[in-house]
Amino acid sequence: MNALTTTAGATASHVANRVDFEIIASLVKPGARVLDVGCGDGELLELLQTQKNVDGRGVELSQAGVNQCLARGLSVIQGDADSDLVYYPDSGFDYVILSQTLQATRNPKQVLSELLRIGERAIVSFPNFGHWRMRLSLLFRGRMPVTKDLPYSWYDTPNIHFCTIHDFVEMTEEIGAKLENAVAVNRLGERMTFNMPWGFWNLFGQQAVFVLKR
Amino acid sequence: MTKAEVKALKGDQRTQEAIHPHSPVVAFGADKPLRLDSGTSLSPFQIAYQSYGELNAEKSNAILICHALTGDQHVANTHPITGKPGWWSNLVGPGRPIDTDRFFVLCANVIGGCMGSTGPASINPETGKPYALDLPVITIADMVRAQAMLVDHFGIDQLFAVVGGSMGGMQVLQWASSYPDRVFTAVALATGARHSSQNIAFHEVGRQAVMADPDWQHGRYIEAGTMPRKGLSVARMAAHVTYLSQAALHRKFGRNLQDRQNVTFGFDADFQIESYLRHQGITFVDRFDANSYLYMTRAMDYFDLAFDHNERLADAFAGTKTRFCIASFSSDWLFPTAENRAVVHALNAAGASVSFVEVQTDRGHDAFLLDEPVMFSAIEGFIHSAARARGIALP
Repeated sequence: MNALTTTAGATASHVANRVDFEIIASLVKPGARVLDVGCGDGELLELLQTQKNVDGRGVELSQAGVNQCLARGLSVIQGDADSDLVYYPDSGFDYVILSQTLQATRNPKQVLSELLRIGERAIVSFPNFGHWRMRLSLLFRGRMPVTKDLPYSWYDTPNIHFCTIHDFVEMTEEIGAKLENAVAVNRLGERMTFNMPWGFWNLFGQQAVFVLKR
Repeated sequence: MTKAEVKALKGDQRTQEAIHPHSPVVAFGADKPLRLDSGTSLSPFQIAYQSYGELNAEKSNAILICHALTGDQHVANTHPITGKPGWWSNLVGPGRPIDTDRFFVLCANVIGGCMGSTGPASINPETGKPYALDLPVITIADMVRAQAMLVDHFGIDQLFAVVGGSMGGMQVLQWASSYPDRVFTAVALATGARHSSQNIAFHEVGRQAVMADPDWQHGRYIEAGTMPRKGLSVARMAAHVTYLSQAALHRKFGRNLQDRQNVTFGFDADFQIESYLRHQGITFVDRFDANSYLYMTRAMDYFDLAFDHNERLADAFAGTKTRFCIASFSSDWLFPTAENRAVVHALNAAGASVSFVEVQTDRGHDAFLLDEPVMFSAIEGFIHSAARARGIALP
């Protein structure tokens, strides 16, 4: 996993092979209509177009990210997940993807509800703040964790709404979303097996990818 | 030459340019009337245009540029009256973002204009005199219908792109709505799907300035040998302020005085901004026809794309396959980002392929005509990736 997109936008562009991209690509059906919210420089959308022949669209906040998407031939709208999703029609997409962006939204719950209105399915990936390294960092250092993957200090981070896998699952239940699939990845970038309990995922999953249905 | 003689010569030049322009002309005879929104039609009529680059064998590489209110077809060549470079020569040309080595670029003077396409300064065949206000009111859709006839004349079924800003952007949206199958990509800058009340207000101020000038002669100034110079200059001065921004004006002029140390306690052009605006007004009169200004501003005022679709703008683009790129400029208060975004939202609702970028600049509405690197890279990236998809060969 690497630096987050959204406000950081194109700064993450040179960082290739984000592990969650491969997982997301494996979850998307070929030829689907896809909206990537917080699409950065368009790396994931391009991957999905090449591998899965999707009809892809993007939303991105940063100007540099938008221009990079345009140069890749992607349809991208400069805008904000918090304020612009309301303009999309119901069920316009098969999948709406929110990769490493949820934690940077002002109102994650509302954004997630919008995703499920616009898309038949929502695919959400996020860094798990319940990972043991985060917990240890706070426990022993007594400071907000700053890691290689989450390199921001508390005062300048675009990531204003961190959550753990437990927290996220609880929110999906609150908005009545069905959990269709979930993948967690450990610090080595290996997929964790599905039959482990949530508590184990929450401790060892460094990031999680969820597929939700209305 | 006396000052009066120079003025008269420039007036002649302007009238000449309206009838016998320094541009190729396509004449449409009685068999090809232009149907107008007002319910009448225009026949015969002519379209003056400029073109750059070569049309390929498949006729798939044509880009139509639509000019703005006071623009013309001289996109990338020296202007025949002012001697200045083309108004978009920074964007259009060999190796430019709209590369004339790759694309065939076409720009027509709009109907109602004054640079060679039929307009109020053209001769009315029924009277042998200039049309003046006898020319029917022209709309954006009328302009586009005429351009489609020009595109037919070139045997082009589908334009690779239609590109324009401001009033040109309105034409782009109209093109995409009226002829969805004939527009592969649409690039609309600093525009909106309708003219706002505030914009209509500014236009009305300009028109009233023109018509209040006694030299306007109820529109018959060409026959009277006059020209509403004062009125048209004032109209231009007022409009010009709306093309800039508070920040840009202050950066450029501040409260600086013009060639003097102190204010004169009079009504001379003490401030640089006054002097600048007066200059803008005076030079505009030399190249633009006053009645054309009335027609152009009216066309923009009447533009409301949603109105024809039961107030649902999305329906204006229902089922479109065109790829859209919309750009706004953060300090534009004539067509603010919100107006551009309204188009984007409608296109989203219609399920269209649309990209949108807001360029951060303090240069106001006119930014779309200026060297704005972010805009250039956005257009270049969009156009060239679409050209790949369309299979247009690299130069």
